[in-house]
Amino acid sequence: MAIEKRVRFRSWWLPWVLIAPQMAVILVFFFWPAGQAIYQSVLQQDAFGTSVEFVGLENFTRLYNDETYLASFKTTALFSVLVAASGLSIALLLAVMADRVVRGATVYKTLLIWPYAVAPAVAGVLWLFMFAPSVGIVSYALRAMGIEWNHLLNGNHAMTLIVMAAVWKQISYNFLFFLAGLQSIPKSLIEAAAIDGASPWHRFWTIVFPLLSPTTFFLLVINIVYAFFDTFAIVDAATQGGPGKDTAILVYKVYYDGFKALDLGGSASQSVVLMVIVIALTVVQFRYVEKKVQY
Amino acid sequence: MAAVELRSVKKNFGKVAVIHGVSTVIDKGEFVVIVGPSGCGKSTLLRMVAGLEEISEGEVVIGGRVVNGLEPKDRDIAMVFQNYALYPHMRVYDNMAYGLRIRGLSKDDIDRRVREAAKILELDALLDRKPRQLSGGQRQRVAMGRAIVRHPQVFLFDEPLSNLDAKLRVQMRLELQKLHRRLGVTSLYVTHDQVEAMTLGQRIIVMNAGRAEQIGTPAEVYHRPATTFVASFIGSPPMNLLRGRVSADGTQFRTDSGSINLRQARAARAGRELLLGLRPEALDIGGTQFAAEIEMIESLGADHLIHARLGMQSLVARTADEIKLALGASLALGFSADAEHWFDPQTTQRLEI
Amino acid sequence: MIERRPALTVLSHLVLALGVLVVMFPVYVTFIASTQTSQQIITQVPMSLAPGSNMLETYRVALFGGETTYGSKVPPVASMLWVSFVTAMTIAIGKIAISLLSAFAFVYFRFPGRSLCFWMIFVTLMLPVEVRISPTYAVVSNLGMLNTYAGLTVPLIASATATFLFRQFFLTVPDELVEAARIDGAGPMRFFKDVLVPLSMTSVAALFVIQFIYGWNQYLWPLLVTTDESMAPVVMGIKRMISGGDAQNEWNVVMATAILAMLPPAAVVLLMQRWFVKGLVDAEK
Repeated sequence: MAIEKRVRFRSWWLPWVLIAPQMAVILVFFFWPAGQAIYQSVLQQDAFGTSVEFVGLENFTRLYNDETYLASFKTTALFSVLVAASGLSIALLLAVMADRVVRGATVYKTLLIWPYAVAPAVAGVLWLFMFAPSVGIVSYALRAMGIEWNHLLNGNHAMTLIVMAAVWKQISYNFLFFLAGLQSIPKSLIEAAAIDGASPWHRFWTIVFPLLSPTTFFLLVINIVYAFFDTFAIVDAATQGGPGKDTAILVYKVYYDGFKALDLGGSASQSVVLMVIVIALTVVQFRYVEKKVQY
Repeated sequence: MAAVELRSVKKNFGKVAVIHGVSTVIDKGEFVVIVGPSGCGKSTLLRMVAGLEEISEGEVVIGGRVVNGLEPKDRDIAMVFQNYALYPHMRVYDNMAYGLRIRGLSKDDIDRRVREAAKILELDALLDRKPRQLSGGQRQRVAMGRAIVRHPQVFLFDEPLSNLDAKLRVQMRLELQKLHRRLGVTSLYVTHDQVEAMTLGQRIIVMNAGRAEQIGTPAEVYHRPATTFVASFIGSPPMNLLRGRVSADGTQFRTDSGSINLRQARAARAGRELLLGLRPEALDIGGTQFAAEIEMIESLGADHLIHARLGMQSLVARTADEIKLALGASLALGFSADAEHWFDPQTTQRLEI
Repeated sequence: MIERRPALTVLSHLVLALGVLVVMFPVYVTFIASTQTSQQIITQVPMSLAPGSNMLETYRVALFGGETTYGSKVPPVASMLWVSFVTAMTIAIGKIAISLLSAFAFVYFRFPGRSLCFWMIFVTLMLPVEVRISPTYAVVSNLGMLNTYAGLTVPLIASATATFLFRQFFLTVPDELVEAARIDGAGPMRFFKDVLVPLSMTSVAALFVIQFIYGWNQYLWPLLVTTDESMAPVVMGIKRMISGGDAQNEWNVVMATAILAMLPPAAVVLLMQRWFVKGLVDAEK
């Protein structure tokens, strides 16, 4: 892919006009607020802004020592691992199966990818409905099996609920990419392995899976970012971070602290921490992709 | 007034000089071919005339106007690209009409011109098709149609036939010649194929490493090549160039492995280290001037190419006669004095001696 | 298919069917629930899996508001659907338009500060709105954009996926096309309009699907920026409907709203499936 084009149009003013809309929007709604967040994170101010005090990294150290924040960190870590692991493995299984079947492949594909369109908030509501302790169909079935399901009281149940809702939505996205990745593996490699005598199971683990690793890695990062951020709506719809703070993932806490508890400095510093995490993840992925593209 | 004039045109990329100063005058209606190996700068030269490449030094004059600073659209030129450069999403008709629409011609004028060009190029039936529905040859004709409708002062061709298969290339060459005879527009044509150059060009500019080594008619370039490069580039198989020293009395040309008898002794040549050029077709089999060892015989049907060895140097002879000699045998060769080309080994320039 | 292993093929179909079942089950339940009355849902536990008879009534109440069989008032969803639609269209079209222009500038022009601007746009890829909510809210508030379509959409047009996708595509357009256009007399904007944009239509289609869904599914941002009920998108409104504890909800209406909320994006995905799949996979490369 050419990074530079040989041909150019000559104009000193036109390019500026062309990028002006985008630059304007990102300056006003991105860089300015991001800067504000960084600025606010080193301040301590009350909700009305009447007193402002520069406190350096105090907000950050407070976070570091704050038990609820660390708990939220743990919750988020657990949540993202669960979502990523189950989301990826289920999608991979489905993709491998879809790659094998010839008849009805399009139908399966269509039926499996449309949940991408469902809003996280709606997904949260749907799963809440199915698992509602009093009217939910699945909670009824669970009770019939002897499990007293109540996500309003049981933290683990609550976590399971949001994980299921999150994974349900994400399966389509992962499925699509895995399928594309599988289809880009040259058939000749697999045929060669078959001639060498490898069974399908063996072939999968020694050839297909390693060749799929760029896709897997990419999806892993995407899924983690998804679990960190896009799941806010699911949490807000299904559990509101509860019971207690058992499902208060980091992004939920930022919202809660900033808008409900009105702790602006704390919320800002949490935002900054999140920013750092995302940037780190993106850089890691970018670097990895670059390296892979080298060959 | 000349149609196109190049006045010491130079091109630098940073500090590196890519074109070293080319000058020539092209008359109205002339078909001039710029030929040379890859990387010699021929496309760059063409693009400078087109306005797609900046001119570092010198001037390009079209129709009496210096066009150095002008955009391509203001130079009254049209260009046919190697890869056709047709707009993929437009029909053939629209591809040809596009430039005219931008210039604000009336719908009737546009229609007339497009249909006229389509008739000349036999594209009438294809006007509603999209480029992807056409064959390579058809696409090339559409590209030419796009150039023709503009009625420009100069046509510029950038290796237009390179992407076609051999048979189609021969066919299109003839079509181009007919087109030129019919329309008579000044044309500047770039190619790496010396056959195209010899058949299409009324004059040829032979380029090598950014220099125009010779500018002349096909006959001049063939019969009196100005440098060893031109000598070996034009003509297929290439001219044989033999290293050696002329004897003191001028009667013999001594190579590292034997002597070649020369028909005429010239004082200007005597005792000098020179390069002797002999075209494969100029060598007579059975002649008495020297002998070479046969390494390989290639039979092309009508002709035979005999690859032979003279000591460390190899040469090729071409003959229409059947050769009954075996590999490794000795081949007797001769040539007339007119067939001799002499070059200075250091400067590679032709010597009239 | 390498070898003939019918057992494996059967297994594949089974797994896939199971997958589809699991994926579709929540939606099926939702649909069933929307066809019943809320009384039925609460009293009949477990809910039967066959469609109920109350579909039209439930949907009418959902869309236009009114009283339900349970006797409580429900706000109309139709206006929320409209807000969602306008938001999604504005975001999709806005992003595409802005990005086409930007990508064009970056690929086909050389100007001072080009690299810097490019990296600035790249950085926005890394930070979704959830990370900068408080200060962005402050800016929007200061600009008086709360409870407006502008406030709902403009801050979300800031990110760069579309610009990158278009840039990538533009780099594959042959140089000669530009040169031919220059010789034909087309200036940069003419070339953009007549040649570049028509050629980009597949990418535009794919991006439209992705951005429409992105815009339609926005939750956190509208939550912050709208307090006025008339400006709430449906995705946000639905959550409000269930904030009464799970026994008091008009579940049938909520489920009907959920179905209504899912229909437009699902329709968009299904209709444009081909381009969408191609666009997603290419976008992340």
